[in-house]
Amino acid sequence: MTSVPGAQRRTSDPKGFPVSTSTLTSRDAAGKSGDRVFSGAALGAGILILVVLFGVAVFLIIQALPVLGADPADITGGDGFGAYIFPIVVGTVIAAAIALLLATPLGIGVALFISHYAPRRLAMTFGYLVDLLAAIPSVVYGAWGYAVLAPQLAVAYGWLAENLGWIPIFAGPASQTGKTILTAGIVLAVMVLPIITSLSREIFLQTPTLHEEAALAMGATRLEMIWMAVLPFARTGIVSAAMLGLGRALGETMAVALVLSGGALTASLIQSGNQTIAAEIALNFPEAYGLRLSELIAAGLVLFVITLVVNIIARWIVSRHRDFSGAN
Amino acid sequence: MSSALLKTRRSQLTKGRLPGYAIWVVLGAAVVLAAAVSALIGFDVVVWALIAAVFFVVGATLVTAAAEGSRKAADSLMTYLVYGSFVIALLPLLSVIWTVLERGLPGLSYDFFFTSMNGVTGATDNASAENGTPVLGGAYHAIVGTLQITLWASLVSVPIGLLAAVYLVEYGRGGALDRAITFFVDVMTGIPSIVAGLFAAALFALLFGPGTRTGFVASVALSVLMIPVVVRSTEEMLKIVPNELREASYALGVRKWRTIVKVVVPTAISGIASGVTLAIARVVGETAPILVTAGFASSINLNVFGGWMSTLPTFIYYQILTPTSPTNIDASTQRAWAAALILIIMVMLLNVVARLVAKIFAPRTSR
Amino acid sequence: MAVISLAALALTACGSDDVTGGAPADAASGSSTLSGTLTGAGSSAQNAAMTAWQSGFAASSGADVQYSPDGSGAGRDAFLAEGVQFAGSDAALDDEEYDASKEICGPDGAIDIPVYVSPIAIAFNLPGIDTLDLDAATIASVFRGEVESWDDEAIAAQNEGVELPTTPITVVHRADDSGTTENFTEYLAAAAPEAWTDEADGAWPEALVAENAQGTNGVVSTTTGTDGAITYADASAVGDLGRVSVLVGEEYVPLSADAAGRAVEAATRVAGRSDVDMSLELERDTTESGAYPVVLVSYHVVCSSYADQETVDLVKAFETYVVSAEGQDAAAASAGSAPLPEDIRADAMTAIGSITVGSS
Repeated sequence: MTSVPGAQRRTSDPKGFPVSTSTLTSRDAAGKSGDRVFSGAALGAGILILVVLFGVAVFLIIQALPVLGADPADITGGDGFGAYIFPIVVGTVIAAAIALLLATPLGIGVALFISHYAPRRLAMTFGYLVDLLAAIPSVVYGAWGYAVLAPQLAVAYGWLAENLGWIPIFAGPASQTGKTILTAGIVLAVMVLPIITSLSREIFLQTPTLHEEAALAMGATRLEMIWMAVLPFARTGIVSAAMLGLGRALGETMAVALVLSGGALTASLIQSGNQTIAAEIALNFPEAYGLRLSELIAAGLVLFVITLVVNIIARWIVSRHRDFSGAN
Repeated sequence: MSSALLKTRRSQLTKGRLPGYAIWVVLGAAVVLAAAVSALIGFDVVVWALIAAVFFVVGATLVTAAAEGSRKAADSLMTYLVYGSFVIALLPLLSVIWTVLERGLPGLSYDFFFTSMNGVTGATDNASAENGTPVLGGAYHAIVGTLQITLWASLVSVPIGLLAAVYLVEYGRGGALDRAITFFVDVMTGIPSIVAGLFAAALFALLFGPGTRTGFVASVALSVLMIPVVVRSTEEMLKIVPNELREASYALGVRKWRTIVKVVVPTAISGIASGVTLAIARVVGETAPILVTAGFASSINLNVFGGWMSTLPTFIYYQILTPTSPTNIDASTQRAWAAALILIIMVMLLNVVARLVAKIFAPRTSR
Repeated sequence: MAVISLAALALTACGSDDVTGGAPADAASGSSTLSGTLTGAGSSAQNAAMTAWQSGFAASSGADVQYSPDGSGAGRDAFLAEGVQFAGSDAALDDEEYDASKEICGPDGAIDIPVYVSPIAIAFNLPGIDTLDLDAATIASVFRGEVESWDDEAIAAQNEGVELPTTPITVVHRADDSGTTENFTEYLAAAAPEAWTDEADGAWPEALVAENAQGTNGVVSTTTGTDGAITYADASAVGDLGRVSVLVGEEYVPLSADAAGRAVEAATRVAGRSDVDMSLELERDTTESGAYPVVLVSYHVVCSSYADQETVDLVKAFETYVVSAEGQDAAAASAGSAPLPEDIRADAMTAIGSITVGSS
């Protein structure tokens, strides 16, 4: 399979191809209208997405607006919206960061295992096994994290607090139940792992065989082949996969709500405390009305903005590397 | 004479390489050493396994480095790490599946599949706990609800998502609109699921009056969550379709839309199917948006466009959070785990089908 | 997708709503003139009782009630937006909401009817100890984390003869905003104002960091799994955990349905509502002998008038069934709630009888 890989949408511009404007096909009226209908539908779908998102944004802003004009004393905590939202923003970022730090290397490792290391016959089965992780609903992850994982980690946390307690993030006294932000981060990591793995795997598998064989023929070891041929080709895909994973980690509700014993902001990852935005919304939403409801929706809006910032950073990374990557 | 020559050649070939048994020696040493170290800090099987793994990876890498040089050492280190990461990824999977099987299997019965929760009250559960009779009530209504709502959500979001991705990759020219769509699709992945539910509820309240709760409202809410996942994964897959394929097709005089439908999409179908499956798997387990859009029913409702519906996740959520009988929660817990098991099996089947679809439609390639 | 649709088609034919093996609910007592569906939403605390009421009502009248346990606040919101015909709520409408209800219910506004009384147990996990006697001030300092060990002087002084362990106290509270937390903190704020300095609220005070879990089930299982833990939860759910008897007046009152009923009877009505409205102001610092003041009262919020006769008939029939002896017994059997006291029930019947067809 010979190929020049990469996102070459600019060169696929029909104007670049003499054939598409040639007289050979211009009389084919049915094909022409088919082209028009198809491109119209594709464009329509894209615009529809913008409209939906615009609708969601308008809905959120209208619902969140009362918070801006409210008396700071009326906001939960009594110090205004900033003081209310700051700790849970930090909590959200901590949980998502733990999840991504654990899941990204692991996910790339697993994807490489399936695409390049495992025996061909078993690879499909292994890939299927990891995809199964995505099949498990978040309520079940929550129940598992709470009933099975947390009690076991509580022991490890006790050890950490005793031996590494001088590091602020492991400061004691450790939680007796193990329901901490670190546990929530680990559960989130397990949940985003299949997303990262599955997408990276598909992209690793698409690496042009010629590139790989060329590298091997030059005497490269398997690691060097992966380093020089596979990873550069897949870099944007990996970032994309990690962003999808991050999106899920940031927005995950039920699992965090069940696993985390939330509270005020604490530096220690092994004490109860910290809260994420999504869990805060889910836990308080049913009993919320009036201003409290606006607060929670405004919190949702903040989550939105965080995702936006993260995506801008990711796009920037991708565009910075595009020029140098072998894939282009 | 010739055999002597062969012999020297062979040793030349394998010179500077570790013999096959070396790895096992390192492994044995690592296990023994780890046992000694873990005995010093308080013995524990998990700690022992962890330390042994670390010792083995470090030891094997050092040995390889000494015998075969640093490039080989780095290569084998990577191999251990890749294998290790797979093992680590399997651990939570096995643990979760074991937990669900252990707690869910006792609740699975014919009646659980084919009856609803209609008429099951706390008194029923108390009676079955006292008399030791089987737990009554089932998840049929929730199974049907899940299938219907997910089906409609897929019918809405897969065409939109696919077309939007096709637009971005095949028609987009990097203009402002393309960049806006790509960017906002990313943003859309960050919509908290409850917000999607509230949005759909507000939209339908606006169109059909307050309190409109049906299965279809839930489908729309789930679509909002599904579309970005479908677009993102499809886009990635379309991008890596080799350009030669398109060019070859154009060179034959094939129309662009025919090229996309017959060449580009089939080439990427395996990845697309995998992405769509992931998207469905993501929304099929959603709880919060269903609660505010589809209500909560305990009897069977087959109409997506009228009446309240239950899905398996809401069934699980409410059985855990508000047990039918607060004094005997075991019956509800059992139903919840059994429903979780059914949900997982459903998504597993979906995975199998997605793979079959991919196999049937994918063109023959070297892989 | 194809599979889903196939499975959906295949499955639609073979399910059954007849779970308990009794007569089909819809066919029962065909003489009834009631038909249609009543829709409600709100308190999840009522959910267990509500399932009992739903099936009991369907069996006796043939009409359906659907109820979504979204939470009290969501239920009241849906009610005021005319999304549902009645709301289940762990708190009566406040004045603002009552005024808003006049727009949808006519000049007399909405009526709050107490339907579900559940004592809140203060439950702890100490092997070998079934009850402890505590006054409100001690309970407050325990939950504030000021009393850190079970053998603290404050606890020991009130429990002579009980061998208290040195186990540290782990406080477990509800992570979600809930009526249970609101009623519990209301009790602490009223009965021990010096010790409990926070305002009564559905959410646990943020400054007090402690273990927490979602839902009644969550706090109970966390407490059951942690030695030396203490929590508060609906009495029906605490199982084998030890329970605190609270000091009321001169004596320690153990938790019972009867004692809870007595506290509800001693409550006064909220002023400024229609004549038949039954919003209760519980006296948490009551000294009445034998009353257990840590109690949750959950309401059904209905309109004083509905636009059409059919809805009025449905609401009247359903609420009459709910507060009747039969309905209250069904709830007690299913959800372990305390039956409504006689006086309250009689007043509730009057209130339900006053619902009319209005021109709103």
